[in-house]
Amino acid sequence: MSALEPLLSVEDLQVAFKTQDGFVPAVRGVSFDVYPGETIAIVGESGSGKSTTAHAIINLLPGSGRITGGKVLFEGRDLSQLKRGEMEAVRGKEIGLVPQDPMNSLNPVHRIGFQVEETIRANGLATSKRDVRKRAVEVLKEAGLADADQRLRQFPHEFSGGMRQRVLIGIGLSSHPKLVIADEPTSALDVTVQKKILDHLEHLTAERGTAVIFITHDLGLAAERAENLVVMHRGKIVESGPAREILQNPRHPYTKRLVSAAPSLASQRIQAAAATGAPIGSVEVEGEEPTLSLLTVAERAAEASVDAPPVIEFRDVTKVFKIRTGGPRSIPFTAVDKVSFQVPKGSTMALVGESGSGKSTAAKLLLRLEDITSGTIHVDGKDITELGKQELLALRRKMQPVFQDPYGSLDPLHNIGNTIAEPLNVHRVGDAKTRKARVLEVLDQVALPQTVLARYPNELSGGQRQRVAIARALALKPEIVVLDEAVSALDVLVQAQVLNLLAELQSELGLTYLFITHDLAVVRVIADHVSVMQQGKIVEQATVGEVFDNPKTAYTRELLAAIPGVDIPLGA
Amino acid sequence: MSSKNPVRTAPHYVAEVDEGGLGAVDAVRVSDRKSNLWLDAWRDLRGRWMFWVSAVIILFIVFVALFPGALTQVPPNDNCILSVKTQDQADALGVPIGTRISDHGPLPGHPLGFTKQGCDVFSRIVHGTGTSLSVGIIVTVLVAVMGIVIGAFAGYFGGWLDSFLMRLGDIFFAIPYILAAVVIMSLFLHDRNIWIISLAIGFFSWPSTARILRSEVLRVRNLDYVMASESIGLSKFRTMFMHVLPNSIAPVIIISTVGLAGAITAEATLSFLGVGLPNNIYMSWGNDISAAQTSLRTAPQTLIYPSIALSVTVLAFIMLGETVRDALDPKARATR
Repeated sequence: MSALEPLLSVEDLQVAFKTQDGFVPAVRGVSFDVYPGETIAIVGESGSGKSTTAHAIINLLPGSGRITGGKVLFEGRDLSQLKRGEMEAVRGKEIGLVPQDPMNSLNPVHRIGFQVEETIRANGLATSKRDVRKRAVEVLKEAGLADADQRLRQFPHEFSGGMRQRVLIGIGLSSHPKLVIADEPTSALDVTVQKKILDHLEHLTAERGTAVIFITHDLGLAAERAENLVVMHRGKIVESGPAREILQNPRHPYTKRLVSAAPSLASQRIQAAAATGAPIGSVEVEGEEPTLSLLTVAERAAEASVDAPPVIEFRDVTKVFKIRTGGPRSIPFTAVDKVSFQVPKGSTMALVGESGSGKSTAAKLLLRLEDITSGTIHVDGKDITELGKQELLALRRKMQPVFQDPYGSLDPLHNIGNTIAEPLNVHRVGDAKTRKARVLEVLDQVALPQTVLARYPNELSGGQRQRVAIARALALKPEIVVLDEAVSALDVLVQAQVLNLLAELQSELGLTYLFITHDLAVVRVIADHVSVMQQGKIVEQATVGEVFDNPKTAYTRELLAAIPGVDIPLGA
Repeated sequence: MSSKNPVRTAPHYVAEVDEGGLGAVDAVRVSDRKSNLWLDAWRDLRGRWMFWVSAVIILFIVFVALFPGALTQVPPNDNCILSVKTQDQADALGVPIGTRISDHGPLPGHPLGFTKQGCDVFSRIVHGTGTSLSVGIIVTVLVAVMGIVIGAFAGYFGGWLDSFLMRLGDIFFAIPYILAAVVIMSLFLHDRNIWIISLAIGFFSWPSTARILRSEVLRVRNLDYVMASESIGLSKFRTMFMHVLPNSIAPVIIISTVGLAGAITAEATLSFLGVGLPNNIYMSWGNDISAAQTSLRTAPQTLIYPSIALSVTVLAFIMLGETVRDALDPKARATR
């Protein structure tokens, strides 16, 4: 086979899913080529058909999915026509798969060694017991796990997420396939781990000349890791070509929007509505105008708010959890360790850290959903750690949370109207009429139509649900909003919308935000001050500009370097 | 950028802007039908033949239980005769004087024949429906209420209350409820009634409902909307009633429909064992099946017909439970 022939050629691929309402197309005429040794990234939001395309290539569609048209030519053979046995010979041996979720992709009841050896035997890489074991050790070594011998005897639960993903990469690459499909291999991992894993994957595949199809929702990540991009939207390819070119000169309106909305590619804090002149309800829905970009207007007058008195003040706040060991004794675990910070009125403080850093616990302490072990938290100069029932209720009125999961934060059995009215009912604000008026008012503030009032959460999209959650938080006219990973679960475009909305609400209503996130890229566009947390302690605290331009600690530098696509220069 | 050398320069392809535009991001699907868990479940149920079959059977059973007189005018327990003695009786039944009626086969006006005591089998079955159904419903309600209250408190408040209630449940769970019911019924020799037998059955079968509800509550309790409600200022009790319970109740409904069938069987079992309802006051399928044992060879109809009534009723409720379970489980819905 000459190097000029494509290794994989997808031609007009069509995939449909069987539902109660008949067949629904998920992939509608997708064509692209993968050449030997190249890395191609398929980028798209959830529901764009990117994962379905990948699964169709190796014929691993879920039960209700079917290829309804087109060809998948792998070295000239049409994979979609192969019999099951023939396909099994291709899978693993010729085309490897690195699955999405490292936490659920390994069988918890089998040792790592068994699972690696299983792959080796299934692909006929070795037959005798000793050879299989030897090969398994090699696979884990190649995947970058030290003490491979010992590791083989361990169970998946003894591994961290990053280690599990290494095992999966090892398994995927164990038979030296010509093509590897990596389906969001790191979306469940912390950024610093993500960088290491992807660096390793890139190193391994480059060494062997393996072609990679890399599936991701993150445009920055895709551009950083692949030479060529395929951008998908609603089952179709909207734009494809060299990564850098697409990023610097996106031509399709959807790609333009995607590029301008990617927080990892934006550089400055979002300006409030006042600066841009765009009223809050003007969220663009029709045209191709990318009004939802994370606006890159010059420095905001963040300094002004520094002098304002602190609305939230943490003083040496410590939270110790008791971890039950099964017996009468328990082990103390310090989740938040002597954390101190201040948030001036009308500004945004971002608490940044990886999973397990204690950032969410800090938010729960502020919301009084957990009790403090030691230290004090002052809100508006008042110690909130020892409040009576009435005072606590008054505090709750001043401070509202918005949580991460737009699917979990609304009660599925309450309609939107009741959900937003709930805080008003609890605090007995006004009469039925004024409550109704207030609900309509906040709905308008978050740019949702009145027609959603009678709807249920499962009828709304993720972004809309998050707007409802914000509307509920705003209903009582709070001063402080605690945003716990409030945009992390959203697609980029929707994330940009919600971030813009938050910025506009802040300038309009003078809100103070405590913004909890693992994503430094988002911090840059929303926050004024940053506290970087690691293992319960604050390791660095400064304004956003200082942290990004002049990080003091190694950990912050590592976090910054791990933001995907950070070094890619953008075009106009 | 990737460290690899590009093998080729890919052409820069741009699709035509398609008709849909980018509006989808913001659009609210207002044109769609309203939906939530219960509405979806109902829409799903409507399309299942098994649901309609079981629903029709159950409605019929309820009708029979409420208006037994609509099906038969023959009293189930009075005017039972062992043999024809008078001319009037002979004329009514169309048999000569002196015929043994006890365990006799069908005669005009008595389609299913007679019991050993010479009572009409059909009438006894019709009048027994009310007993079976009442016991079934009372037990189900009792078990559901006890299970929900105990399971909800254990799951939502946790800690020592959880440990205490669940260990209590384990104790009750360890005692076979039929055995316990036999013991309880033996204590009430003279004043047995529907309430006593329902209590006897229900009092020992709540732990499984409580366990199921507890595990659901444990799941729902950790969802963000519960935390959101608490941070709004909702009290723990109101959060439990407004948000946690309504979202945890579905499995209890499923287990209750199947449990209703179990309760009817349990009543029949107790009556069969002779520790159920007194057979001179209450018609009960279990009683009749028990009484029919002795004449199984000579008069099988006295055993078979009450058994069929019992089986059909139990089957109908189990079928209903099955369909409701599938309808409430989105995963089962999707694969249909």
